[in-house]
Amino acid sequence: MSHPRAVFRTEGITKVYDTGAVQVHALRGVDLALNEGELVVLLGASGSGKSTLLNILGGLDRPTAGRVFFRERELTRASEAELTRFRRDHVGFVFQFYNLVPSLTARENVALVTEIARAPLRPEEALARVGLAHRLDHFPAELSGGEQQRVAIARAIAKRPEVLLCDEPTGALDSAAGVQVLEALVAVNEEMGAATAIITHNQATRRIAHRVLVLADGRLVREEVNDTRLAPAEVHW
Amino acid sequence: MAPLDRKLWRDLRRLWAQVLAIAVVLACGVMVLVLAQGAHRSLLETREAYYERNRFADLFAQATRAPRALLPEIAALPGVAQVEARIAATVLLDMPDMVEPAMARVLSLPPGGAVLNLPVLRQGRLPDPDRPEEVAVSENFAAAHGLVPGDGFRALLDGQIRTLRVTGLLLSPEFIYAFGPDTMMPDDRRFGIVWMGEAAAASAFDLQGAFNDLTLRLAAGADAAPVLAALDRLLEPYGGTGAHGRDRQISHVFLESELSQLEAMAVILPPVFFVISAFLVNMVLGRMIALERPVIGLLKAVGYPTRAIALHYLKLAALVGVAGVALGWAAGILLGQGLTALYAGFFRFPWLIYAPGAAAFAVSGMIGLATTVAGALRGVFAAVRLPPAVAMAPPAPPRFSRGLVDVLGRALALRQTTMMILRSITRWPGRAAVTLFGVVAAVAMLVSTLFTFDAMQAMIDEVFSLGNRQQVTLALARPGGLGAVEEALALPGVLAAEGAFGVPVRISHGSHGRLIALEARPEASALVRVIDAGGRPASLPPDGVVLSEGIARDLGVRPGDRLTVELLAPPREVHDLPVTAVIRQSLGQQIYMAEQALFALMRRPPQVNRLNLLVDPLELPALHAQVKATPGLAGITVWSDVRAKFDATLEQNLSMMTVIYAALGILMTAGVVYNAARIQLAERAHELASLRVLGFSRGEVAYVLVGEIMLLAVAAIPLGWLLGRAVAGVVARGFSTEMVTIPLVILPPTYATAGLIALGAALGAALAVRRRLDAIDIVSALKARE
Repeated sequence: MSHPRAVFRTEGITKVYDTGAVQVHALRGVDLALNEGELVVLLGASGSGKSTLLNILGGLDRPTAGRVFFRERELTRASEAELTRFRRDHVGFVFQFYNLVPSLTARENVALVTEIARAPLRPEEALARVGLAHRLDHFPAELSGGEQQRVAIARAIAKRPEVLLCDEPTGALDSAAGVQVLEALVAVNEEMGAATAIITHNQATRRIAHRVLVLADGRLVREEVNDTRLAPAEVHW
Repeated sequence: MAPLDRKLWRDLRRLWAQVLAIAVVLACGVMVLVLAQGAHRSLLETREAYYERNRFADLFAQATRAPRALLPEIAALPGVAQVEARIAATVLLDMPDMVEPAMARVLSLPPGGAVLNLPVLRQGRLPDPDRPEEVAVSENFAAAHGLVPGDGFRALLDGQIRTLRVTGLLLSPEFIYAFGPDTMMPDDRRFGIVWMGEAAAASAFDLQGAFNDLTLRLAAGADAAPVLAALDRLLEPYGGTGAHGRDRQISHVFLESELSQLEAMAVILPPVFFVISAFLVNMVLGRMIALERPVIGLLKAVGYPTRAIALHYLKLAALVGVAGVALGWAAGILLGQGLTALYAGFFRFPWLIYAPGAAAFAVSGMIGLATTVAGALRGVFAAVRLPPAVAMAPPAPPRFSRGLVDVLGRALALRQTTMMILRSITRWPGRAAVTLFGVVAAVAMLVSTLFTFDAMQAMIDEVFSLGNRQQVTLALARPGGLGAVEEALALPGVLAAEGAFGVPVRISHGSHGRLIALEARPEASALVRVIDAGGRPASLPPDGVVLSEGIARDLGVRPGDRLTVELLAPPREVHDLPVTAVIRQSLGQQIYMAEQALFALMRRPPQVNRLNLLVDPLELPALHAQVKATPGLAGITVWSDVRAKFDATLEQNLSMMTVIYAALGILMTAGVVYNAARIQLAERAHELASLRVLGFSRGEVAYVLVGEIMLLAVAAIPLGWLLGRAVAGVVARGFSTEMVTIPLVILPPTYATAGLIALGAALGAALAVRRRLDAIDIVSALKARE
């Protein structure tokens, strides 16, 4: 078996939020790698540094110290414009609260990305992949939470990203809707091969991943590899 | 300090830029009100005090030669309080510092001192009645020539060249605004007033025991009409040309029109600014309260009464109002002083103090505060009505619906960021309307003020290029035969000469009537032409009278109607004449007839009392020298000088007004746009940050924000043009007087300037907000909602 190629690699990243009176250490020297085609679940309690890590990987934030590489490129040296370009070309984001544009329909929310991407899927195709071919012309306010999150996933995958970064994608959903969202994520991971990182504090979700990284107090404290993965439908919480 | 008051100060600090933007818009309204009302009051009160103190006459009459024996009868007329008979004439002066002749109005001073229109002695002394060479001159004329008591100059008095000696400098309530024949603009170098002793004047103009100018003051409450009728009857045998009130006294008429313009300015502009600032306060406070929902919920939950919370936000609105009013007052006082200084250069008052009066401040302050508080009330009521639990929960996401925008989006294959702009506008049309209205109002204000340049240019073209092609007009002291035209041709440098004959008439149609000058000219005059309603030079019709559009409108006559024309010169007959044409005449008021038609009516051979000349410019100095020495001439107008004075005066006054109005337009647009953009930014920070996450560049994200604002601004411009044109029409009518008809001419560069100023201001304000957008931290903006 060939050695898996890393999409992301971090070297001792540290993030300190200086609020004046106090310094908050969100990350304290994290080294990790995320490989091609891999689905990783990042587990940790609230405040463990998961979201900060994901934001740094996605080029939304910069570490206080340490280095981040996307393939051979060092993101920590990239300019603001280069980070924007990086997000546009390579990264799909999915957030807990969907972050859809309320004035655009499902199709238009996806088209928002396909219009600026290099070789995108058609919006209709991206929505079909998450099971929303019948809700193309609905505004976010006309969709359920699970549907809105699937639109967000369709928007994230429509650019054919190399990485998909998901921050608590099921956090605002009930169990049934959550399962649908996870199914959609697993499916696009398998079909499109995007390296996928899912942040969650939901322990049950760990079983669907290839690998589980556990964070606590800004440090990577444990790494687990699942020999057998469960299908999302088999996960309950 | 109570916690809520501390919050109030912190809110003000946080929102300082928006507060300032609203305050500035409000200040514009307050400023215009204080400025216009203040200038109006200052001018009006100064004039009234001057008139009263110096006994400005109520009635005026001119005759050719009336015996002084008539005066007791006139003084005994019921309603007459005081009478003063004078000798008046227009004469040519030979000033030592001028090549061309100057002109003056000579007035006699009664030996016992004037009882009416008392001149104000500014320097020196009045002329000694026993010294015929002594005169006093108007202060500004003296200043323009550096004359001081003791200096001398030469005058052509009824054909005789005399040297006059200055004893004093005067101002007079009769000549607050003074200009020579044909010029319409004060020119202190070329026109002045000369007062001389009565005996000297009587001998110079051969009017011993007689007078040709009469002024009267009415008893309090007396009716002018019967006195005017009696005067006309008494003076008719002596060449009376029709008695009139102050409404035909040139200086008074010009002051009056300036006052009515100021009044119009105080009525039209301030409400526009007030309405806009009310909208702005409404918008900003409404939005602030929407953002403060959780705080309001919390305040109610911990037991703050609704009244206290409402009062808190009303205080915020009131403070914005106070800031706006204070700014407006300060700017109003400053500009008021500037405007007063401008008037002092125009109107000759012995004193002119800027005294805006408490009323302008009280009214603008009250309206300003009421505007902001009323604007805040709606938002405040919405806030305090929320139950605490609802207020503390995040607001429901906005709902959008499909409509015309979708059809448009598909048809034009618009990008999604453009769709966001269009949906935002259609989802919140009221908010878009406020921005639109703000820019429309600014553009309309700019068009309706800047157009005065075009109107003035059109008037200048009409008067100086189309109408009057002669370089020089000479006025004769007494009418002469056509031989005078032949003699004029013999003057140095004269290439062509035409005669004209002016005669005072009273015209009437139905119940409308007025005194006016009738000018008779050769039918096919090459030098002096009338301008038809389409703006083209035209010949005079062979018969009937020709009127300007303004007079025709006032009298309610149209071509084909008949007009009653009473000639106020021998043979003093009344004729019923057809109106054969209506012409355009922006400056001055007179009516016209073909020479032959008039003299046929008068049953006498044609006469002239004005000579229009085409002159070789190189020979002008020689002509001037000759004119100074030619008996029988009473006036000269060099049209290029008139034009130069006109251009210079307009340039000076209009550029000041343009700067002020452009500043108002910029402030208004920027205030509206800045607030609209800030509110958008506050409400959509999360959405715009999402776009940055998706890989949109700062510029692409700013497009959504700035694009919406600029789309509204661009859409507002044509609407502003239309509204501006309509307002300009009102302004042109409102600012037109009997003497000056402002044509409604708006040239493309004016529209372009107005549009560009508004667009530039909108873009500047939007870009200021874009800087804030660029500084947004993506991660915290995304977190804000969670």
